[in-house]
Amino acid sequence: MSKQRKTHVSTTVNGEPCEFLCEPTQVLSDVLRNNLNLTGTKEGCNTGDCGACSVMLDGALVCACLVLAVEVQDRDIETIEGVAKEGKLHPIQQKLLEHAALQCGICTPGVVIASKALLEKNPDPSESEVRYWLAGNLCRCTGYDKIIRAVLDAGAVMRGE
Amino acid sequence: MPSVHYEAPTSLAQAAQFLQGNSNVKILAGGTDLLVQMKLGIRQPALIVDIKHIPELMEFTLGDQGLHLGAAVSGAIVNDHADVRRIYPGFVEALGLIGSSQVQGRCSAGGNLCNASPAADSVPALMVNRAMCNIIGPSGTRTVAVENFNTGPGKNCLARGEILVSIDIPLPAPRSSDAYLRFIPRTEMDIAVAGAAVAIRLDATGVCTAARVAIGAVAPTALLVPAAAAALVGSKLDDAALSKAAAAASAASSPISDKRGTAEYRKKVVGVLVRRAAIIAKARIEAQV
Amino acid sequence: MTINVKTDFKYVGTRPIRPDGLDKVTGRAMYGADLNVQGMIYGHIVRSPYAHAKIKSIDFSEALKLPGVLATMSADDLPDPGDIKIPGGEVDFELKVFSPIIMARGKVFFHAQAVAAVAATSASLAAEAAKLVKVEYEILPHVLDVHAAAREDAPLLHDDVFTQGVDPVPTKPSNVSAQLELKMGDIDAGFAKADLVIERTYCVPMCHQGYIEPHACVAQIDESGKVDIWCCTQGAFMVRTLTSAITGIDVGKFKVTPSEIGGGFGGKTTVYIEPVAVILAQKSGRPVKIVMSREDVFRASGPVSSSETRVKIGVTKDGKITAIDTDIVMDSGAFSSSPIFPAVMFGSACYRCDNIRSSGTEVLTNKPKVYAYRAPGAPQPMLAVECVINEIAQKLNMDPIDFRLLNAVDEGDVPLFGVPFQAIGLKTALREAKKHPNYQAVLKENQGRGVGAAFWINAGMQSSATINVSEDGRINVLTGNPDIGGSRASMALMAAEVLGVPMETIRPTVVDTDSIAYSDLTGGSRTTLATGGAVIKAAEALVEELKKRAAALWALDIKEIEWVDGKAVAANGEKVFTLAELAAKAGVTGGPLCAVASHNAHNAAPSFAVNVCDVEVDRETGKVDILRYTCVQDAGKAIHPAYVEGQMQGGAVQGIGWALNEEYLFNERGELDNAGFLDYRIPVASDLPMIDTVIVEVPNPLHPYGVRGVGEVSICPPMPAVVTAVNQAAGILVCDLPLSPPKVLAAIDA
Repeated sequence: MSKQRKTHVSTTVNGEPCEFLCEPTQVLSDVLRNNLNLTGTKEGCNTGDCGACSVMLDGALVCACLVLAVEVQDRDIETIEGVAKEGKLHPIQQKLLEHAALQCGICTPGVVIASKALLEKNPDPSESEVRYWLAGNLCRCTGYDKIIRAVLDAGAVMRGE
Repeated sequence: MPSVHYEAPTSLAQAAQFLQGNSNVKILAGGTDLLVQMKLGIRQPALIVDIKHIPELMEFTLGDQGLHLGAAVSGAIVNDHADVRRIYPGFVEALGLIGSSQVQGRCSAGGNLCNASPAADSVPALMVNRAMCNIIGPSGTRTVAVENFNTGPGKNCLARGEILVSIDIPLPAPRSSDAYLRFIPRTEMDIAVAGAAVAIRLDATGVCTAARVAIGAVAPTALLVPAAAAALVGSKLDDAALSKAAAAASAASSPISDKRGTAEYRKKVVGVLVRRAAIIAKARIEAQV
Repeated sequence: MTINVKTDFKYVGTRPIRPDGLDKVTGRAMYGADLNVQGMIYGHIVRSPYAHAKIKSIDFSEALKLPGVLATMSADDLPDPGDIKIPGGEVDFELKVFSPIIMARGKVFFHAQAVAAVAATSASLAAEAAKLVKVEYEILPHVLDVHAAAREDAPLLHDDVFTQGVDPVPTKPSNVSAQLELKMGDIDAGFAKADLVIERTYCVPMCHQGYIEPHACVAQIDESGKVDIWCCTQGAFMVRTLTSAITGIDVGKFKVTPSEIGGGFGGKTTVYIEPVAVILAQKSGRPVKIVMSREDVFRASGPVSSSETRVKIGVTKDGKITAIDTDIVMDSGAFSSSPIFPAVMFGSACYRCDNIRSSGTEVLTNKPKVYAYRAPGAPQPMLAVECVINEIAQKLNMDPIDFRLLNAVDEGDVPLFGVPFQAIGLKTALREAKKHPNYQAVLKENQGRGVGAAFWINAGMQSSATINVSEDGRINVLTGNPDIGGSRASMALMAAEVLGVPMETIRPTVVDTDSIAYSDLTGGSRTTLATGGAVIKAAEALVEELKKRAAALWALDIKEIEWVDGKAVAANGEKVFTLAELAAKAGVTGGPLCAVASHNAHNAAPSFAVNVCDVEVDRETGKVDILRYTCVQDAGKAIHPAYVEGQMQGGAVQGIGWALNEEYLFNERGELDNAGFLDYRIPVASDLPMIDTVIVEVPNPLHPYGVRGVGEVSICPPMPAVVTAVNQAAGILVCDLPLSPPKVLAAIDA
């Protein structure tokens, strides 16, 4: 392996300035988890097929395993660790708990990030819209039923219903 | 992954220098193909050039000439534009079918095209919309019709140092519309087993006056099928015309059998998709009035 | 044996938020790959590029030249398994079918089998070093198909495998590793009485559990030789037992801490990487982390057997089953590990029939060694039996549920496996399914309906629990069973019920192997029953102790103390101590309050489930759309009904996946062609409707709360329900799963 210096990256994670050194081929999920110790972002496949590593990058929902860490210079990243604010759960987190919409919980952080992104864009989605939006968040435990109900319910709460 | 350098030029001129200075270079747009290929060891570039900081690659305007789409604009951005969705429904649904919501945040029509997968969803839809590809390179700029862009699986017409800057899609004529359908075993998250895009124009009496039909995942590249289009023109998209178009599409296909589907199945289904896409496009025109 | 089964509950049966929920929705919960420790390095496993080959040599010299490569290993670093037995609870395991999965010894038997490993200072360096390990192979012919493998002239995998169950024991080794047959009644006489006989053969391919979290672990060894393992597993004590046996390190030197577990479904009931991390840690003197890639999980962990089940059922014209005859062939992969015994025993367990014959054959092929997956062995034969039952009902013009009600087993019936049923819920579940609104829905053109019923035995086995009381009266419940689907909530609810205190004052924790007595793994649908049984026992012991303390404080006899709603009460309610008051006084009444329970549960009772599925088939593409789905299941008693529903829904959707799209695709070289979530197609959210559930509660007469298991039976009915619905909708008969669109279309066009 050729000796290669690591790249210095300055970015913003969950509203806080953040710096790290990374190899050019390291992906964002790896850096979040192993350099920044933000292990709430999970890795299930590393090829963008499972959605467990969902994060927001400048307001866009992405798989952190399909973003090079060097790409995030001067960007704005939101991870699961930034969703509950000031000791208060986001409605989607609360509703996932109330609906028992997690069993093993490994897909849950990704589901939280992706559902929140949906509800911010489309505050009143249909069941079908929720299902298609979350098609990239694989869950092997629940059969999705309770997750879908939780997202619809969280939408209602956020709309003030 | 072996070591690799990363550059993020902010101008086409800068990008050109990087592209010409290295023989093993890959362009990074959304990375949804490239990073997977690198992880699987299929591609091992020495240099990655991230083009998302070049203004021309990120342009996205809808005007009198139609849609001007920078090659690295993400699917999510296109999909969020209500007028683009309304004017090019088939193209937007095709682009929107690439990967998950997460992949939509990164993938682009330009990337989908350059990756040159025979199963690329947006390419047949670009073809039926007469999209033109704007390329810049060492010998200046050139424009290539999208149907001439890809030359084989994983292969495109870009010469060394060339870069796809943008795609122009003309405005559709009045009483026109398009549709794209693909077949996958699940409802999402699969690569197309077969795909079909249809764009048609109807006159006031409902007779088809112009048509383009393109098919995907059934040949080394996405393919325009003039015979299928010809079958539709002059008809009211009656059953006979649709069957003829479907048969023409099946006949034009030359699919392979692989883990995603057999050749026989693909040949059959691509015709079904052409028929159904034509019916959707027609319904869209009727809904315009 | 009968006991008093409690029926009036205050906390059990409610739906509180799970105690570990906050950590899981905020990303704080620590899973297998989430631990990083000081000085940690990374292991990477070198895997075989061939499906069958002799290992001639392994050369680490180039890899060791890379600065930062700190250790290497191969089978030479593990004890030769010989005929060593690994002590199991009731059955011992053979080390020689576990050790080669960790590191191949002299020969590789499947593509991607582990051959060597390296450890280096970064994950990328370890991966690069692994590529520099030179392994010289002598390629052998391989065999992938069970029928080809069973032939005399097939390439032989093992020269020490002789077909078990054949009398006399063969002297010639064979890829046919086991054969068995069970019978009751007179099968020929049974068919002679039949007016209608239907015989079919159903095939199910190799499928994977598809848990989203890849296997991951960190191992470290201190200067005294004490081994610490952190890993995602269904059983920390199982990891301790197996890793000790495989590495040859004394079991007493291990402490295994189970992380949160990101799904298992049986797939995390063995070890793949822990022994490798331990040896690399031993050799490098550094903590070693190994995380399997998704591709390696598919290629080199333990999928479910592929199977071929021939079933022949005879009935009288008024719908009574007279004979059931089944032959099952299971592909075990490279080592004997298939669930052929339960497959033979349980396939027809839903039906009362005097004449049953069931045989099974296990065959070894050059594929990954199969391992447990939810109700191991049951879904495949039940697919065949249930589909034929549906066909028979249709031929007799009977409603498929009515037909089943006529033939369903009930209390007192003796199934093929010989243990008479006590109170069971099959008939209740069938009646609930029949009256569900979904069963009344009118089907349109190209739509079809299928019914599936199923049985699963459920396990008991050993568990332990410890309850500690803090000085303010809060309760810590410690168990050794990883919480794979909400079991902390069930443990807390059962403790709350016994102690009479709100669940919110109870903190259930899953602890490491040093902090609790032995517990068998989370599997076999046993945790709520057996570990819950231990929790109930410990809580009851704690109540006795609390009564004793109150008696001492009041100078009364313990017999005069009652425990009511979390309080010690005496003298007709005039004397009262709350649990918190007793906890505060613990220092003067005998010391800290705690209770320990050791439990070997022999009170498991079977579960039955009935599913109804409606589909629509696209006649031009062969694609299936699930329209409605209903699961009815007997839980005995649903401790936390929402998580019981979750098990029903999750099992149903996995079964739908098996039925429609999931399958291992091997190429001619024996490599898995779809080793990723892109092409191993588990159901996604948009593939499904809501999954409706009805929980039936026919209490287990042997359990204090009536609990049965709920986790496994749910995967058995979906395949026949879906397959029958598709075949009916399209007017076809496809028996070869999955019912993928090309297969369905080919049958429609035929």
